[in-house]
Amino acid sequence: MAEAQVNVEPRNIRKDKDEVVISIKGVKKSFGTKQVLKNINLKLKRGENVVVLGRSGTGKSVAILCIVGLLKPDDGSLKVFGDEVAEMSDSELKQLRIKIGFLFQSGALYDSMTVRENLEFPLTRVLKIPDHAEIDRRVEEALESVGLLEAIDKLPSDLSGGMRKRAGLARTIIVNPEIILYDEPTTGLDPITSREISELILTIQKKNKTSSIIITHDMECARITADRIVVMDDGEFIAEGSFDDLHKSNNKIVASFFKDIS
Amino acid sequence: MAEEVIMPGWKRWLEDIGDQVGFFFKFLKNIFVGGFEWSEFVRQCYEIGYRSMMLVGITSFIMGIVLILQLRPTLVSFGAASMLPRTLSVSFIREIGPVVIALICAGKIASSIGAELGSMKVTEQLDAMEVSGANPLQYLVVTRILATTFMVPLLSVIGDAIGLFGGFLALNIRDSISFSLYFTKVIGALDFTDFLPAFVKTIFFGFAIGFVGCYKGFHSNKGTESVGIAANSAVVTASLWIFVIDAIAVQITSLLFYK
Repeated sequence: MAEAQVNVEPRNIRKDKDEVVISIKGVKKSFGTKQVLKNINLKLKRGENVVVLGRSGTGKSVAILCIVGLLKPDDGSLKVFGDEVAEMSDSELKQLRIKIGFLFQSGALYDSMTVRENLEFPLTRVLKIPDHAEIDRRVEEALESVGLLEAIDKLPSDLSGGMRKRAGLARTIIVNPEIILYDEPTTGLDPITSREISELILTIQKKNKTSSIIITHDMECARITADRIVVMDDGEFIAEGSFDDLHKSNNKIVASFFKDIS
Repeated sequence: MAEEVIMPGWKRWLEDIGDQVGFFFKFLKNIFVGGFEWSEFVRQCYEIGYRSMMLVGITSFIMGIVLILQLRPTLVSFGAASMLPRTLSVSFIREIGPVVIALICAGKIASSIGAELGSMKVTEQLDAMEVSGANPLQYLVVTRILATTFMVPLLSVIGDAIGLFGGFLALNIRDSISFSLYFTKVIGALDFTDFLPAFVKTIFFGFAIGFVGCYKGFHSNKGTESVGIAANSAVVTASLWIFVIDAIAVQITSLLFYK
């Protein structure tokens, strides 16, 4: 039990804006006979927010599950901080996951724990911080940054959808990840809460200098958060550019996403 | 998302056996590697042990009463009514108590573990734990399996005592026997070879209940219906394992003690 506190400082990483933190080249993934990822290529730079747009079932979530090593690509190269994820040992993968935050679509809060305990979990189990005062300080700071301090002792079942997302986001940022992967962060929320969550994502990027991949089909979220947008269809990226560039695109699939945007 | 690969039943069965063996070794490894979750273990002992005590107590009490009422006419017809405490204690301690209490625990505990972990899988909580760098096996599986392995024997001992007390009350419905005489007869009928094998097999029952519950929950599919399937399958499989372990235990006990 008495293990050393985990050092979360990145190893000799050049922290300039052009540094590529995630590099995906020719990644393919199949389930049975169905090829979900056909040929994925993407580079995420430090401090950049990349939005992945795509209809449901096009393989967006599979792509980010490959990044954290929950799924193994069948082919291609997927490097995070220059290291090939598929070749990592369990302990290397664990170290990598400390640097990558993941916000699940449902928030994925642990049902049996209060919001406070949810946030304490990665601090005590992963970073192994022994100091209770430090843990309390970080929990309160994270909840304050997502505007949820008043719900600190509530159970997830007592929270609304938006509050769950905020609590999930607080649990994600509490370990100060360098990369955050958002899986449909605004799905199932009303437009006002969706906008608040999108603005929160942007605030976190600016404040913590995180790099993010945001999977969504919410155009308002894409407009607010994206430095760059890639559009995915049928397991491939079919277009890439800024929000304004893609807004003018003649591609039928891309245009269908932007048709209601004035 | 993932298209199901249709494979023959026997192949799926073999694959499942392989998965269970792999899960067992992961469980063993995680007991010793990376620190033990004491607080979660204690919480699980409370949830599994203390919260099952009432159910086990009531069931054992009723079983003690029913067994005496069922045994009495036969033994009376042989003129052996005085054998009732002895017959009850040997049958209850050796066989009926441990097996019935384990089956009750399988119904309550294995289903609850299967459903809890299954719903955690459906709601991506297991994935969230894993991608955060924490070890869900260490936190969820090791603690639950060890808690059932520890608490089921304890529940069984408590259930045995309550069952024998139920037998005493039932005996006093038609006959009259003092508490001290009844328990002198009950304890006198038992020796080491009755207690020890019965106790040891409840340790295996407890392990089987926890292991099956965790395995079924951890390996459930991602749809909501999978939670029900995991809970149901955990009860059925754990119950089956209890009978298999009991059959093996009886053979070993017979070979060792009743030559």
